[in-house]
Amino acid sequence: MTAQAGPLGQAVPSTGEALRIDGLHKSFGSNEVLRGISMSVASHEVICLIGASGSGKSTLLRCINLLEQINSGRISLFGQDITDPRVDANLVRRQIGIVFQSFNLFPHMTVLRNVTLAPTKVLKTPSARAADEARALLDRFGLIDKVDDYPDRLSGGQQQRVAIVRALAMQPQIMLLDEVTSALDPELVAEVLEVITELASGGMTMLIATHEMGFARDIAHRVCFLEEGRIIEEAPPGELFTSPKDERTRRFLRRIVDAKRL
Amino acid sequence: MEQNQPSEPVDPLLGLPARTVGGQLAPPGAYLATGRGPRLFSPGGGRRATVVSSVSTIVVLGILVAIFLLAPGARAVEHAFFSPTDMWRSFIGNPKQGYYSVGGAIWLNIRMFLVAEVLILALALLVALIRQSTGPALFPIRILATGYVDFFRGVPLILVIFALGLGVPALSLPFVSSQSDAVYGVAALVVSYSAYVSEVYRAGLNSVHQSQVAAARSLGLSHGTSLRYVVLPQAVRNIIPPLLNDFISLQKDTALVGTLGVIEANKAADIYSETVFNFSSFTVAAILFLILTIPLARFTDRLIERDRRRRLAGGTR
Repeated sequence: MTAQAGPLGQAVPSTGEALRIDGLHKSFGSNEVLRGISMSVASHEVICLIGASGSGKSTLLRCINLLEQINSGRISLFGQDITDPRVDANLVRRQIGIVFQSFNLFPHMTVLRNVTLAPTKVLKTPSARAADEARALLDRFGLIDKVDDYPDRLSGGQQQRVAIVRALAMQPQIMLLDEVTSALDPELVAEVLEVITELASGGMTMLIATHEMGFARDIAHRVCFLEEGRIIEEAPPGELFTSPKDERTRRFLRRIVDAKRL
Repeated sequence: MEQNQPSEPVDPLLGLPARTVGGQLAPPGAYLATGRGPRLFSPGGGRRATVVSSVSTIVVLGILVAIFLLAPGARAVEHAFFSPTDMWRSFIGNPKQGYYSVGGAIWLNIRMFLVAEVLILALALLVALIRQSTGPALFPIRILATGYVDFFRGVPLILVIFALGLGVPALSLPFVSSQSDAVYGVAALVVSYSAYVSEVYRAGLNSVHQSQVAAARSLGLSHGTSLRYVVLPQAVRNIIPPLLNDFISLQKDTALVGTLGVIEANKAADIYSETVFNFSSFTVAAILFLILTIPLARFTDRLIERDRRRRLAGGTR
């Protein structure tokens, strides 16, 4: 990869630190969801966030995409502090793709329009070129025969793959995946995980909140275990899943094993 | 206890006699699956249902007509309200005799309605968007918008018409005070109805889930672009039936502008009745208003029904 454009248009090297989070705190009213998160994500690195529901995984991802206002701390994207109020959030979000648990496709638009909306309106890509690029992406993920369908004609797995394509169409530097398979029927999970695996092998930097432990073990370079808004333990998957150091990680993994999810 | 034994199989889910399909027992809950809501008459009844509904319609109408005809004052009312010659005369109008054509005057209602409708759609959207805004800088206009909606929903339309129609000309401002009464009437309709319609818009905006906004914003779309391409199209789709309902009501309420002396259908009918001492002109006006509103009402029903079917079918778009 050659030099890429940072959140404010500056050239950034294709290796090194993509994302850095320091002492991130986030509360909803009196409920403190994130209690001092610090982590670093290297370019082309895939990190899986695991932890029980309510541990703060989704909130962390939403904070990185500036969908939530943080209380304190700092988030840097390619060395640029994106939590600075002077930073244009729209410019930052172009660099960071996010995919949600509930797909959130635009129901009143065809699959193609879902994918081309942001490129044409935000990047001002001419619509013919945006459509060509969208078709190419949809083709790559086996969705080419769905371009003219509306989202509610698609299966959950297809919808989620369209949502991933929609985020990719903005050519983000980082992808955030927020429990993207949790709302899917079990038989549809695999097709979505395949897409993510392909992205990882293409070198996409990804932060993945997931309950799919087997998947996390296979794809992640590093796994972070979150509990009550803190990163309790972070290690390569081989290490974290086989010999977790912290008692809380062990307890969590034991519960997962008991539930036959690993 | 023996006779309590049901003679035919009962649907375990619904406690109703079980449906059979081609001699086979339908799965439990089969009633639910075929539910298409209330019908005018059952589809399976075929010809018999048509006969029954026709007969009952004739009987009901017959009873109503009989009550009218048997009333002690039926002759007088018939002459005063349903005299064919007077209906025709008032419909055609005769300025030399001092009365206007009700049929011609209805065009003014239609024009007022069309102009008011466009302005209401725009003003109401503006008010709704202001009320939905969150920026602290917009706080003063937000208060203003809330006050506007509270005020004009609370004051009877006819008072607004009087206030604008009599008050604004009295101000003797250049241009603003020298408009025709129809303009003040339309202005009153617009400010009054926009207050209602802005609430309809607001309901529509709220009906679009917050996750849609998050999805749009996460792609880098600005607030305005998200609103324009993601939120508003879905909001408007959701509120078309209540919006049309308000417009049916608006069509009738153009008649209130006649109180300013504007010769619209109701005023023309009023002038006829005062000139000729026969109320049949009002019947003509009523029929004309019905001709205007009923198609819109049926259209609204059709939209609601289509929307409901779409939702039951999982929707095509």
